[in-house]
Amino acid sequence: MKLNIGGITEAGLSKNNLTGSWRYHFPTINPELCNTCGLCELFCPDSCVHETKNTITVKEEYCKGCGICAKECHRNAITMIPEGEKQND
Amino acid sequence: MIKNKSSESKTLQGSIAIAETICSLEPGVIGAYPITPQTHIVEHLAKLTEEGLLKGKYIIADSEFSAASILFGAAAAGVRSYSASSSQGLLLMTEVIFNMAGTRLPGVFSAVNRSLSPPINIQVDHQDSMTLRDSGVIQLYVENIQEAVDTHIQIYKVAEDPEVLLPAMVCMDGWIISHAYEPVTLWQKELVQDFVGTFDPPYKVDPLKPLTYGALADDDKITEFKCMTDQALRKSADKITETAEQFRDLFGNYYGGLVEKYKTEDAEIVFVAMGSIVATLKVAIDMLRKKGRKVGLLKIRSFRPFPVNAIKEVLRETNLAIVIDRSFSNSAGGILGTEIKASLYGSNKPFVINYIAGIGGREIYPQTAFDMLKEADEMLEKGKIPSEAIFYNLNMQMMGG
Repeated sequence: MKLNIGGITEAGLSKNNLTGSWRYHFPTINPELCNTCGLCELFCPDSCVHETKNTITVKEEYCKGCGICAKECHRNAITMIPEGEKQND
Repeated sequence: MIKNKSSESKTLQGSIAIAETICSLEPGVIGAYPITPQTHIVEHLAKLTEEGLLKGKYIIADSEFSAASILFGAAAAGVRSYSASSSQGLLLMTEVIFNMAGTRLPGVFSAVNRSLSPPINIQVDHQDSMTLRDSGVIQLYVENIQEAVDTHIQIYKVAEDPEVLLPAMVCMDGWIISHAYEPVTLWQKELVQDFVGTFDPPYKVDPLKPLTYGALADDDKITEFKCMTDQALRKSADKITETAEQFRDLFGNYYGGLVEKYKTEDAEIVFVAMGSIVATLKVAIDMLRKKGRKVGLLKIRSFRPFPVNAIKEVLRETNLAIVIDRSFSNSAGGILGTEIKASLYGSNKPFVINYIAGIGGREIYPQTAFDMLKEADEMLEKGKIPSEAIFYNLNMQMMGG
């Protein structure tokens, strides 16, 4: 593989890097407290929190579990649950 | 050769001559942090912008880090760019300059050499720019104002060459070159622009064709990337030589390519130096020659890329090299001296004496060279050449010793 000078390369390649495996804690959303204000989406450094159809979803394959969404949520609707203790596990 | 009527000769201050030259090169972007440590280069460029003589975007930054980052952005967008700084300001640019070299983005900086704090000292030495030596930046050291003017023109052509694409720095001694007045020829805008050509990089930031800058490279590729930057810097050596020769053919001025040899042909002892003290040493060499001493001078014009072959070629023919350093690496000696010794490894000749002198503006006169030569004669006679660098003319009493 020939390298491009300066490491300049095609866009969007970070999608290939599944960072979800780094995670120790997963953000769990309480739909009763969440009013889908979208602050979590705004603050997520990896753009893996999304608001669709009035619900918040987190892309598990990319979420590193940093907890910024939980910290920023004004309604304390997000809890960081240790991996392995998720309710659906 | 063009000694064109419309190119004008005037007596100008170094900084003003540089600002006028940069104006003639029409950079699209100037990143300027206008506060100390700075010279009136960017101040004069601001004035030229205000007067409408400079069409480019003049962006005032909140630090030298930001000023350099503006050059990074400009180069990524395919725009010619310029900034100037000194001393601690250059250190604050360091991270960005590494980034530009690694991302292969050219931009030109004037490094007006001044001592680093503490203690505070605004006079000349080379510690500031020499500290950037490992970044991948091209560094050319100049001797007087005319060489500073001409080298700024040459260095754009080198830095923007598709085979080079690296940040570049013209290192000019603070005060002695930046603030002194000398007769200087400023070249006509059309001639200069024709000489340098246009900047056309292989990649440009374009929202419609997005690219990744600053990608991750793991241990499987990073050495190769770093080595490509190293190769580009080595390649720039040929370009510096060629460009200096082309400049000579067109404009008539020549200061050497990577090095300048001054009366070295039959010299038994050769001084090695960079920057404005080269001019002083030339006077000293002439005086010594009149007394029958076979001495010469090797001026290092290009410190990066480091001209190993030219150094070997000249110094291996002499008995002794006296390297005068205006910067040093604590506990390791003069930086130029250390690298000269490394490039001579494996050859029996010459002996090398490395003086650290001229720190923080401590003056170097022709007499300084005579005194160094006298010391060197004594050392040679005794057969005792110190392997370590010598701080020239230290006042031991001040240091309590």
